[in-house]
Amino acid sequence: MSSVTVTVNGQSRSGEVEGRTLLSTFLRDTLTLTGTHVGCDTSQCGACVVHVDGEAVKSCTVLAADVDGAEIKTIEGMANADGSLGVIQQAFQDHHGLQCGFCTPGMVMSAAALLKENPKPTEAEVRHYLEGNICRCTGYHNIVKAIMAASGQDVAPPMAAE
Amino acid sequence: MHNFEFVKPGTVADAAAALAGEDAQALGGGQTLLPTMKQRLAAPETLVSLNGIAEMKGVCTNDAGEVCVGGGTPHAIVSRETASSYPGLSKLAGMIGDPAVRNRGTLGGSLANNDPAACYPAAVLASGATIVTNTREIIADDYFEGMFSTALEDGEIVTEVRFPVPEKADWQKFLQPASRFSLVGVFVAKFADGVRVAVTGASEDGVFRWSEAEVALSADFSADAISGLSVPAEGMISDLHGSAAYRASLVKTLTGRAVSGA
Amino acid sequence: MPKDGGIGASSKRREDVRFLTGRGRYTDDINLNNQTYAWFLRSDVAHGTINSIDTSAAEAMDGVVKVFTAKDFEGVGGVPCGWQVTDRFGNPMKEPKHPVLAEGKVRHVGDPIAVVVAESAEQARDAAEAIAVDITELPAVMDMKSALAEGATKVHDDLDDNLCYDWGFVEENREAVDDAIAAAHHVTTLELTNNRLVANPMEPRVAVGDFNPGTEDYTLYTTSQNPHVIRLLMGAFVLGIPEHKLRVVAPDVGGGFGSKIYHYAEEAFVTFASAQVRRPVKWTSTRSEAFISDAHGRDHVTKIELAMDADYNFTALRCDTYANMGAYLSTFAPSIPTWLHGTLLAGNYRTPLIYTNVKAVFTTTTPVDAYRGAGRPEATFQLERVIDKAAREIGMDPAELRRRNFIKPDEFPYQTPVAVVYDTGNYHATLEKGLEMAGVETFEARRAESAANGKLRGLGVAHFIEACGIAPSNLVGQLGARAGLYESATVRVNATGSISVMTGSHSHGQGHETAFPQVVAEMLGIDEGMIEVVHGDTANTPMGMGTYGSRSIAVGGSAMVRATEKIINKAKKIAAHLLEASEADIELADGQFSVAGTDKSVAWGDVTLAAYVPHNYPLEDIEPGLEETAFYDPSNFTYPAGAYICEVEVDPDTGKVDIVGFVAADDFGNVINPMIVEGQVHGGLVQGIGQALLENCAYDDNGQLLSGSFMDYTMPRADDVPMFDVDHSSITPCTHNPLGVKGCGEAGAIGSPPAVVNAVIDALHRGGHTHVTHIDMPLTPSRVWSAINNT
Repeated sequence: MSSVTVTVNGQSRSGEVEGRTLLSTFLRDTLTLTGTHVGCDTSQCGACVVHVDGEAVKSCTVLAADVDGAEIKTIEGMANADGSLGVIQQAFQDHHGLQCGFCTPGMVMSAAALLKENPKPTEAEVRHYLEGNICRCTGYHNIVKAIMAASGQDVAPPMAAE
Repeated sequence: MHNFEFVKPGTVADAAAALAGEDAQALGGGQTLLPTMKQRLAAPETLVSLNGIAEMKGVCTNDAGEVCVGGGTPHAIVSRETASSYPGLSKLAGMIGDPAVRNRGTLGGSLANNDPAACYPAAVLASGATIVTNTREIIADDYFEGMFSTALEDGEIVTEVRFPVPEKADWQKFLQPASRFSLVGVFVAKFADGVRVAVTGASEDGVFRWSEAEVALSADFSADAISGLSVPAEGMISDLHGSAAYRASLVKTLTGRAVSGA
Repeated sequence: MPKDGGIGASSKRREDVRFLTGRGRYTDDINLNNQTYAWFLRSDVAHGTINSIDTSAAEAMDGVVKVFTAKDFEGVGGVPCGWQVTDRFGNPMKEPKHPVLAEGKVRHVGDPIAVVVAESAEQARDAAEAIAVDITELPAVMDMKSALAEGATKVHDDLDDNLCYDWGFVEENREAVDDAIAAAHHVTTLELTNNRLVANPMEPRVAVGDFNPGTEDYTLYTTSQNPHVIRLLMGAFVLGIPEHKLRVVAPDVGGGFGSKIYHYAEEAFVTFASAQVRRPVKWTSTRSEAFISDAHGRDHVTKIELAMDADYNFTALRCDTYANMGAYLSTFAPSIPTWLHGTLLAGNYRTPLIYTNVKAVFTTTTPVDAYRGAGRPEATFQLERVIDKAAREIGMDPAELRRRNFIKPDEFPYQTPVAVVYDTGNYHATLEKGLEMAGVETFEARRAESAANGKLRGLGVAHFIEACGIAPSNLVGQLGARAGLYESATVRVNATGSISVMTGSHSHGQGHETAFPQVVAEMLGIDEGMIEVVHGDTANTPMGMGTYGSRSIAVGGSAMVRATEKIINKAKKIAAHLLEASEADIELADGQFSVAGTDKSVAWGDVTLAAYVPHNYPLEDIEPGLEETAFYDPSNFTYPAGAYICEVEVDPDTGKVDIVGFVAADDFGNVINPMIVEGQVHGGLVQGIGQALLENCAYDDNGQLLSGSFMDYTMPRADDVPMFDVDHSSITPCTHNPLGVKGCGEAGAIGSPPAVVNAVIDALHRGGHTHVTHIDMPLTPSRVWSAINNT
């Protein structure tokens, strides 16, 4: 076992880990931040996306020991300081961008990373950016709308009835 | 995962020393290795993270005009920093996996693993790049030795790759839709002295050069130049996602598109 | 103007706040004091005889608490099946034992052989690798038709063969259908497979068993769509624990789509093992494990024949289906290819004679059960594909052929030849609405533009019907169900007027916590925020059957309406007393009870307070308190229907299909929350599109799963699908439930696969590839390319 110290959502947190302890396990089990979810074991689904030093990563495919000293942001750190929903979170609620809620933390974290690097993405750019996040409930329609809305853009009209 | 000892050296020399130990393995971004270890298909005693080695990160252009990419550089940074110096490479790096994978996965890790459907080997081979390790330099044509097999010795670390920059290049990737690897990917690079075409995802022997197309395209760099060629299905991968004949067909289709797109 | 509350309002979902801030409480988020962890050692071969299991090395490893094998389960029951189908000769289906842990034989890759319980999940897995299992491999039984051949290897040695049942429906019509087909002007025949799918809710299954040695009570936390059903099946049939000693909790559940209906061996294991080791036992499935242990869906091989007269009226339909059961019978497996499939083969049409034969077959694969739609997608797909093929053969517009054969709006209620009675519908309305939305009159211009870019464009139409609101208990009892399918609700009005609604329905993405209060708020005229839904815990909800079969609002919502009606009746009595008026004169509106024709009124909160502080109260007539329970058993299924129109572009060089437009024009009856309904349709559409283009649960001949992870099983991603154009303005309310609702959860997954495939075939035909009459799902680029190139 070795000790890992990270800054999570602005707070310094420490814990003992094995070599094999994944960042997702460290967050969920050691730090009891269970908002980060694990939906697969092949690094495909993206339910576990968190930000490490400002970059979106899949926390189930990162060793906790390998990010010792890093700055980490999770879904628990995405609300406004007063506890109200942040812009992306609010857009997800307004546009019904979630159903069962399991993929949602990863979706929100990926959306935040996208909007940081591309503040006004097109619908196609949003869809492409989400290729590492799987949702089984929403059909993506309202997730895409929510992210477009969170970027301050009018949401795209349906394509077929033109 | 089986448990292991985790070490994170700060220099290439220290990493090489750590890798000399019994059953030690290097960890790049871990985007392939960690899922493999989760399935318990790999079980090193010691895992040597290369992520703390500053000298292995970054992109620059050397005096010979080659784009030099540190072996520990994540795909996202390669994509961003080669956008003007080598747009074809930038495009390829920007299409690997997904955004979160690109923030973590590294060039060196991809080349050391040499997955038959990985993207980077196509760019390295088509560019005629030089793979620099902690002990030597290996030209691309000597580096890839078939599926999951390379010229690397045990414990050898890919520290840098030097890409000669072609006059024109393009990358065409046809997705394996589940894994987001290449079902087939073709990198075409046109240099002053000829064209190189590298294909990944298709062959049971891993990345390869389509030499007939290279000859035809070196004489006439247009999609029409390869219209009379065909790729034999023999030796192509056949699986759930595509037959050998289909992959062979894609090689030609994508090569044509890459030429047009270059 | 959209409403801002009550029935018909797109109220924002209140549950979203906890999910968006990481404060949901899913089963894997539950960690109990002194908890242990289970890891299942599963068979890596499809079929074999277990010669020996040596657990001694594993038992000696660090952190191991106990290792379990089948011998620890002597006296424990098998995992039960909840539905008995009777075959066409009057005999019951074959029902082999499904042990919690394999007894003597393994019958599919993933069949659990032993379990390690240890101090940590990784230690349990480490130790499982040290268990030595000696297995003599037997031939895998994979192809259904071969499995039924004389002398085929048997999956279950104690059965005569691999046939679970040979079912005919409607058996009395068999000869008449044969005669009608022989006499037909035109018969269109289609052979197809309905591809095996994996439900893959994003939350893998989890179960935590917690035995309390002090009270000898058991608690199971599990990822279930129906905790009461699990309590009944596991308590009564597997472990012999009476209901009052067993509590089942399904907290926030991350999607189900059918796969979390069933009672699974892992649930029984952790509950049982917790009592053995006297500590809580937790099991969390990996995704790889989910692929081989969650029940799969679909997997039918079908031949369908459609007969028409000279005017192209449908005269008869004959279907032969082989349905894969997998190695054991999952909870509702036998009902899917039979009663949820055969009864829907009339579709939206007036076909007078229908016969279907279904042979259910045991194979050495993971069990197959309901997946979103369950039987109805299989019925819809074959029917809508054969109609499309027929239209092409006779040179008629496929929409016109459908129109010509639709049940007419004035023919409802409509008795089909396959037992069910459709109460309402207007298929002409949904079809015309869909065609209008799809812009079919301008399609040719879009096609020409695609052609100029080297792409083939096509338009596919499908119309579907489904039987939802599952189900009338007496009817399903006659058909073999071993359970009732009513639903329950308790409406508990608190002293200050706030309300807790305890429902037997379970929300795992459907938004019940938001939509259910909308109904009660509308009935009482109070704010939705005063109403909270409680679900998912057998300890504080009345016995209910859970959520599947698009039943929650139609059956669970109806129970809630009935309970709320009882509340209103009693509250009116109290109000009458307070207002010194006759009960018959009391009216309730906007949360106020008033005396008709006067300005005398009393507020909701005053009445509820009086019920619990009965100082001035008609105690001689009614009891204090304000809490009512209702159980609602529907008198019929509900019958949502709709037109789904898909537009595709096919790249002929690569075979890649892009969906460029998709219209869904549905009739769901009345709608409670349009936003939620549209979301349900979007999700269903993408699961259907996934089936049509991407998803394929494939095995090799040795029974090894080829698509055993998200690396090979293609889940639809955001860039695989377009924005959808959905409409639910065609409304023919259900006539037999109080809300007039029909249900919307499965529609998208039922109607979309044939629309997509029809569109691709249309594109190929318009592009000159007329030799392609069918491609089996999923229509991967490789398959489309091969079809075009005839390879």
